[in-house]
Amino acid sequence: MSTVLEVQNLTTHYSTLRGWVRAAENVSFTVAKGQALGIAGESGCGKTTVALSILKILPQGGRIRKGKILFEGLDLVPLSDESMRKVRWKGIAIVFQGAMNAFNPVYKIGDQIIEAIQIHESDVDKRAALERARSLLELVGVEPDRVDNYPHEFSGGMRQRALIAMALAANPKLLIADEPGTALDVIVQAQTLKLLRDLKDKLGLAMVMISHDLSIIAETCEKVAIMYAGHIVEYGDADAIFKEPLHPYTQGLVKAFPTIHGEKVRLASIPGQPPDLLNPPPACRFNPRCPFVMDVCKKIEPPLEKVGSGEHYVACHLY
Amino acid sequence: MSEENGEFVVRVENLKKHFPLRKGFFETLVTRQDITVKAVDGISFGVRKGEIVGLAGESGSGKTTTGRLLLRLTKPTEGSIFFDGKDIAKLGDSELRSLRRDMQIVFQDPFESLDPRMSIKEIVAEPVRVQKVARNEEEVEERVKEALRDVELVPPEEFMMRFPHELSGGQRQRVAFARAFILGPKFVVADEPVSMLDVSIRAEILNLMIDLVQKKGVSVVFITHDLAVSKHVCDRVAVMYLGKVMETASSAKLIDLPLHPYTQALIAAVPVPDPAYRRSAVISGEIPSPVNPPAGCRFHTRCPFAHQRCISEEPPLVEVEKEHFVACHLYT
Repeated sequence: MSTVLEVQNLTTHYSTLRGWVRAAENVSFTVAKGQALGIAGESGCGKTTVALSILKILPQGGRIRKGKILFEGLDLVPLSDESMRKVRWKGIAIVFQGAMNAFNPVYKIGDQIIEAIQIHESDVDKRAALERARSLLELVGVEPDRVDNYPHEFSGGMRQRALIAMALAANPKLLIADEPGTALDVIVQAQTLKLLRDLKDKLGLAMVMISHDLSIIAETCEKVAIMYAGHIVEYGDADAIFKEPLHPYTQGLVKAFPTIHGEKVRLASIPGQPPDLLNPPPACRFNPRCPFVMDVCKKIEPPLEKVGSGEHYVACHLY
Repeated sequence: MSEENGEFVVRVENLKKHFPLRKGFFETLVTRQDITVKAVDGISFGVRKGEIVGLAGESGSGKTTTGRLLLRLTKPTEGSIFFDGKDIAKLGDSELRSLRRDMQIVFQDPFESLDPRMSIKEIVAEPVRVQKVARNEEEVEERVKEALRDVELVPPEEFMMRFPHELSGGQRQRVAFARAFILGPKFVVADEPVSMLDVSIRAEILNLMIDLVQKKGVSVVFITHDLAVSKHVCDRVAVMYLGKVMETASSAKLIDLPLHPYTQALIAAVPVPDPAYRRSAVISGEIPSPVNPPAGCRFHTRCPFAHQRCISEEPPLVEVEKEHFVACHLYT
């Protein structure tokens, strides 16, 4: 199994007037070829920060303070902007949240895909790029003739597909999808996720899928990392984690999910809110909301440790 | 449908809303027809006191337009809207004004529905001020505090002074509920109130809504595209597709024994947080345009059971068993 991406102890902070916001700390994970890793957590847990760090497109004030991002063995962290440009789109591509609304309304879809191709591969001429755009649309299940349509002539689901097509234009090895299911109706969402699964299998694509929705991660990813307040609290095979969630936060997340099959029950939620990352709680950041909190949880930060015989790691003093 | 207006707080009959489409100059010369978007095209249902009725459907089904029609935020093209027995479909603005105390709305987007330049106190106080139901400033403030306590934003004195950007998405939706309930309405439309919140926060907001309904005896129309949530929150659900109601039943019945192929497809498409589960038999295609809905049964273009009759004849909504209505030729 060849590793495409290996992140080691990634720590990213945002510099603000009130101090450093400790958005992501000591984040480590690997993604192999043809494998999808899901990063799950609530808003503000740092998952998008991790994605932006990998591509080094953090907003003003964002800084990678520590750690390595090994893409096919090459550490991206010290790379210059010019060297990074060769990695973006061609090595690693990203599909942003709600990005299907980011198509330029006055240009045809085909022209926008062609633009993406030509910016990253300047030696490709317009005709060849158009051919590629057509076959990319076909790859994602859109009729190739629709390269001549404008974004408003595509439905939301089709725009999402066109965006995925654009992201794949330069044959990346890794695709990052940030909240790919949000803003889509369930039927279109199911179609889009099936598309991503098929592409992963057909193209041997490595994927990182970011979402607060555990169900779409369960459906698409083989590995899962659960993030809370900037830390990974549970990590491992999706099967193991969903079958037996160990971390109290993971358990809370799974319980909060309304199931369509089964009894009508009063829905459960996790009381309280995620902490302010300017001043996170000491030691285990989940301790103020944890139903099983002990004294040690407020003093010593629990390390991410292997539990059992399978691929299952948890950061919790209960274990 | 039952004729007793008395048991329904809100009831609509053959409600339609068609939006005219403005076409370019040459197109109007060539095609003399009026082109309209038939967003809501003849629906009938009712909401009883203290009931939460779900309006479920995908984008383009007409559910949000229906919600706005129920509150007369827009005027229907045809049909009746009975509120407390009185048809409000054709009322003018001045007559509606006093009725508005009794009907309110909670919007989907907690980031856009609160004015960022107003304090929480001012946002929640606004309905009271507009309707002029308080005698003085002290009373306004008391009512705001009580509304904030009802939505568990305590201590209210502290939350009153804050501004929307200082609150989380979940807290903002609580403010939206406080604002909707402060006048003690009889009827509230909640338009996808949790779809923009994280899944882990949704439960507490939905439980808050259920508690408010039980405490105040309010009737709610809950608009959603998430059937899983409808099961746990709604008493009854009406499934809409392209401006028409396809099926109506109690939420348990609808989810456990769905009759209409579209309902079945929606349920099959609901995601489940279990890696072993694969969403099965997801139907292909997308919703056709409401400008030119398919003839006959609107769902026939995507229906796995479509036959000749479905293409030519639109199926009526019939009661197949007690309180379970379906519009499908498989059952007529």
